[in-house]
Amino acid sequence: MHADPKGVLTGVHFLDGDHACCEGTLAAGARFAAGYPITPSTEVVERFASRIPTVGGIFIQMEDELAASIAIQGAVWGGAKAFTVTSGPGFSLMMEHIGYAAMTETPCVFVNVQRGGPSTGLPTLPAQADMMQARWGSHGDYGIIALCPNSPQECFDLTITGFNLSEEFRVPVMMMLDECVGHMTEKVVIPEADKLAIVPRRFTKLPPSEFRLYQPQSDQVPDMVRAGEGYRFHVTGLTHDERGYPSMNIETQNRMVRRLVDKLQPLAGPRALFEAENLDDAEVVVVSYGITSRVAQRAIQLARTRGIRAGKFRIVSAWPFPDPHIAELASRVKAFVVPELNLGQMVHEVARAAEGKAKVIPVSHAGGSVHNPEVILNAIVEAAR
Amino acid sequence: MNAGTLEIPCEIPADAHNPVEPFLRMDRMPHIWCPGCGIGTTVNCFTRALEESKANLDKVAVVSGIGCTGRVAGYANLDSFHTTHGRAIPFATGLKLANPELQVVVYSGDGDLFAIGGNHFIHAARRNMDLKVICVNNLTYAMTGGQTAPTTPGQVISATSPYGVFEPSFNLVQLAEAAGAAYVARWTTYHVKQLARSMGEVLKKKGFCFIEVLSPCPTLYQRRNKMGDGLDAMKFYKQVSKTRNGASTADAALTKAGEILVGKFVDRDRPDYFELLQAQMHSTLGDRYAEPEVSCSEC
Repeated sequence: MHADPKGVLTGVHFLDGDHACCEGTLAAGARFAAGYPITPSTEVVERFASRIPTVGGIFIQMEDELAASIAIQGAVWGGAKAFTVTSGPGFSLMMEHIGYAAMTETPCVFVNVQRGGPSTGLPTLPAQADMMQARWGSHGDYGIIALCPNSPQECFDLTITGFNLSEEFRVPVMMMLDECVGHMTEKVVIPEADKLAIVPRRFTKLPPSEFRLYQPQSDQVPDMVRAGEGYRFHVTGLTHDERGYPSMNIETQNRMVRRLVDKLQPLAGPRALFEAENLDDAEVVVVSYGITSRVAQRAIQLARTRGIRAGKFRIVSAWPFPDPHIAELASRVKAFVVPELNLGQMVHEVARAAEGKAKVIPVSHAGGSVHNPEVILNAIVEAAR
Repeated sequence: MNAGTLEIPCEIPADAHNPVEPFLRMDRMPHIWCPGCGIGTTVNCFTRALEESKANLDKVAVVSGIGCTGRVAGYANLDSFHTTHGRAIPFATGLKLANPELQVVVYSGDGDLFAIGGNHFIHAARRNMDLKVICVNNLTYAMTGGQTAPTTPGQVISATSPYGVFEPSFNLVQLAEAAGAAYVARWTTYHVKQLARSMGEVLKKKGFCFIEVLSPCPTLYQRRNKMGDGLDAMKFYKQVSKTRNGASTADAALTKAGEILVGKFVDRDRPDYFELLQAQMHSTLGDRYAEPEVSCSEC
């Protein structure tokens, strides 16, 4: 279906990534947001707080990130599309409810505008050091989706994609911005509402007497309900059976946890989101994401002018990790160069997927600025040698 | 076992039904609560209140946190949410704002609502969020084995205070009033009629309503402190409770063996969060304000 025109600010705009992300939430149909102020992410909800009273919805500033990240889930079970926004320290607090959303299969979106860490770190400066936390930060086994925009335009586009995927797979989706992408201002084109595809919530068509809250459909995803319609359903963070009732046994645990992870498999392979350039003849492939992919672009250009056959693989959907795509490249390239604004996170995933068939060279950075393209170029030159 | 307990032989006819059955998930019985525990008594009162209120049960939701009382959500035959520890109130806040026609009842314990969830409690009361909060106060963390709670009175032995609790405890009703609750009452599980009546009142009252129910925990709190079983707790409640409707909550602090002040302490009208939001937006945005349509069937 198409977007509701009430939330779509059609036109050509000059927006920063945070504001573009906010417009993405509105276009995607989000009518509820809960947040807690934290740099460099607050602009997303500041804009939402300004826009939503004329669109028709709710913004509430909660007492902390714990509250914000669970209030959105109450809203979702009440029938809303909902999201929250934060950065590193707040993201750490939200881990509790990322686990709850994964466990209860509550579709919702967490925007994380990454800054330098650990702890309070570099509040106003960029990093990409929450990538592993986004995947593994809450306890137990579960799956999530993480998307990495590298421009304000993508902050708009991918936020809609994020909401759509969260509805389709019923998982929390992480929008992994960083301070640079969040605060850079560029042209953002917002199309007409009828040009924007929106995935509606898949509500059950069964009557209450036949409905089971966690009965998976053929795609391993159960149908949704909302409170107040006579289903008298029960949601719990305890291990639960298909009825949603607590069930403390290893068979239920095994069946439930495996499904929570397995249902996302299509996104690792055929439906992975990425951007590829010059891969046909590549001997060295730069694997990057977010703001670093824009620095890498320059390094790849410089390498090509020096006659090095460098290619680009930009990760857009970082989780589930696009294993088969990296594996395929590993079988035919000499090396991967992986620059990221951390001391090595996604590079381990690249190495795992490459299975030793190609060299994997990290280009780490402790955060606070972007890489100098020369540093990435040097790694490419080294890799091609 | 209390020395005075009698075995009363009886046969239950096959077609007999307890009047509370329609309000419970009977396929989940028996429940997990211990003999002598008061949580079941409070649920019984809650079902009576629901019945008498004639509320449309499809529009009543129960939200619980974690702990013994947290399991209420699992047994109530309503839309029910067993959330994370301490977070029932912010979950309920989102649920209520997204779907204002729901009557949202938060049903949880003293440790959940006032230790790990204390911040959420005071802020929801400050906002006057339209939530009905029922706190079963057994003065301890029972699910985890009887540790010290912010409500455990002084001189009590607990699993984590083996030499006696020395920290001052919260006076929950005073805290609720100070934070802004529109309705504040306290009863014990001995006061079943009064409790059911209070629960009925809050189902009809707008705004943040708080009912504290003192409830026995014979397995942990009472056993460690040589306070007998569930029946002894009832006798104790009967003996030391004083009903003082309208009493100052400042005088209602609890001690290990002293008087228990019960009654309805606060019943006042304040505009709730939603009314304040709408009034503010109408006054600043005028015709540009769009009433929230948060819950969508087609989006």
